[in-house]
Amino acid sequence: MNAFQMAAKTLWRRRVRSLLTIGGVAFAVAVLVSLFAFDAGYREALQKDIDRMGYQVLVTAKGCPYEAATLMLKGGGGMRYMEQAVYDKIVGDERVQEIAQQLVVTVFSDSDGEGPGSISMYVGVDDAYRRLKPWLTFRSGGWFSSDDADEAVMGYEAAELEQRAVGDEIYASNIDRTFKVVGILERTGSQDDGMVFVPLRTAQKAFGYEGQISGIGIRLKDLAQMSAFEEDLYDEPGIQVISLAQVKGTILNLMSSARMLAGSIAAVALIVAVIGVVNTILMSVFERTKQIGMMKALGASRLDVFRIIWLETTLICLLGGVVGAALAAVGGRVAEHVVRGLLPYSPGGTLVSISPPLVVASIVGAVITGLVAGVYPAWRAATLRPVEAIRRAES
Amino acid sequence: MSAREVVVRAEKLTKVYRTPAEEIAAVNGVDLEIRDGDFVSLMGPSGSGKTTLLDLIGCLDSATGGKLTVFGQEVTRARESDLVSLRRGRIGFVFQDFMLLPELTAVENVQLPASFARTPMSRAAATELLDRVGLAARANHLPKELSGGERQRVAIARSLAASSRMLLADEPTGNLDSRNSEIVFETFRRLNSDSGLTVVVATHDETLGAIAGRTIQLRDGEVVGN
Repeated sequence: MNAFQMAAKTLWRRRVRSLLTIGGVAFAVAVLVSLFAFDAGYREALQKDIDRMGYQVLVTAKGCPYEAATLMLKGGGGMRYMEQAVYDKIVGDERVQEIAQQLVVTVFSDSDGEGPGSISMYVGVDDAYRRLKPWLTFRSGGWFSSDDADEAVMGYEAAELEQRAVGDEIYASNIDRTFKVVGILERTGSQDDGMVFVPLRTAQKAFGYEGQISGIGIRLKDLAQMSAFEEDLYDEPGIQVISLAQVKGTILNLMSSARMLAGSIAAVALIVAVIGVVNTILMSVFERTKQIGMMKALGASRLDVFRIIWLETTLICLLGGVVGAALAAVGGRVAEHVVRGLLPYSPGGTLVSISPPLVVASIVGAVITGLVAGVYPAWRAATLRPVEAIRRAES
Repeated sequence: MSAREVVVRAEKLTKVYRTPAEEIAAVNGVDLEIRDGDFVSLMGPSGSGKTTLLDLIGCLDSATGGKLTVFGQEVTRARESDLVSLRRGRIGFVFQDFMLLPELTAVENVQLPASFARTPMSRAAATELLDRVGLAARANHLPKELSGGERQRVAIARSLAASSRMLLADEPTGNLDSRNSEIVFETFRRLNSDSGLTVVVATHDETLGAIAGRTIQLRDGEVVGN
């Protein structure tokens, strides 16, 4: 019978209390793990979203740069437009590796009486768009036959949502125009999945934006030239230059406030859980005062008693850590669904990223917490004088 | 150690409890000797100092005056670690209310002192000790599944587990009916006569007192008959 077995048997004997305490620790660990997992997942997903845009610099019409970046990322109404001449000025710049102009138009389809209506994102692009995003591949079909054809290439999700296949037609109700679906893209995990691409010239004519575009995506040959490149464009009237690195930083900064709040709540939950553990073990020590006296009478040293009580605390926290990590893994999907509904902008892909190192770190953290929380109750038990422990409990 | 060697020697042994209001001498200048193989009963009315004297002999408590030697070691001013060593290897305790760990089976309770002594006891050896008190068949039962008498016999087997040479029992039949008391008396007698174990029992029970070869009468913390 070793100290570990004794500690385990003691916890099992008071299993309702032990389970409730483990539950408290598990809840706190689950909140913490979810928080860290969300933080890591969000950063990862945001980075992936930005990487999948294929460009580092976005040129748009003057306005709120972050609103413009978000519109480019996720779409929405209120897009501003600029003259296509801006593109002509930049395209020759030798620092540019790839450049693609886009015309993003949001099409709101009214309810047909059966459903609530829908929003479609139409993007007018030319061949340069595919050079900017060489990973775009076709699930079926192919690219436009000409740069003014009434044809559409649909993102994976857009095709799924509209239930369209190559050869079908898609109808833009607000302009009363039909496009023939010539290609459907493979899933990319980016905003492209939800878009309907049409030839740029077709989009400009069809949506009434001739000579206009909503944005220019630029990939530079050398990232070190970013500042100089941005500076050169500052003098151009009516446009703004947005660095996606800055957008990412700003979004993460905005998120950090929410993260701090959630982190504080998690810290409070952890402190409450630790107090709960200390309280449970202290109660157990008080209830077992006579037993502890008996163990000392039978030859248990202070270290023996300390070890048994310390192990009980550590076991509670270890189990709490394991259950908490499991809860976070299972509940992460639910939390992601809820969080997506609450955030004004959330990137594609998985928002809650629970990695093995995070799981290990959370369990190790819980064990360390248990080791610290167990010191006081274990010390109280270890320093009980045997005769006092036995007689005090009798009185 | 020879059969008649002194295992406990108390000289002017005193234990005084001090409260802000008064001083109570629970043990007051006790002189006594207990030899290896003795079966001693400590008798006297409540408050006479039986339990306190037993606690002192068992190194559970420290004296406030006098000198106490247990197994040749002066324990009055011994370090805690020395007292632990004595309790581990030489002294076994039996308490009035058995004090078995409720989450452990009978055999696991018996194994407990050996695990504290860092000399793990096999299940077979622990069962053999239970057999000595007639409880081998109840080895895997939890204390709550045993009668009072059976629990006390498990406690006796446990007290023997760390190769104890002296068994100290505080009112061991206090919670038992007469039939179970007789079984416990007989167990003590057999351990003393067959194994030469030194047994010291604090008791009110005249029958148990009569079984012991020697009775020390206490009153108000003093030895009034030996």
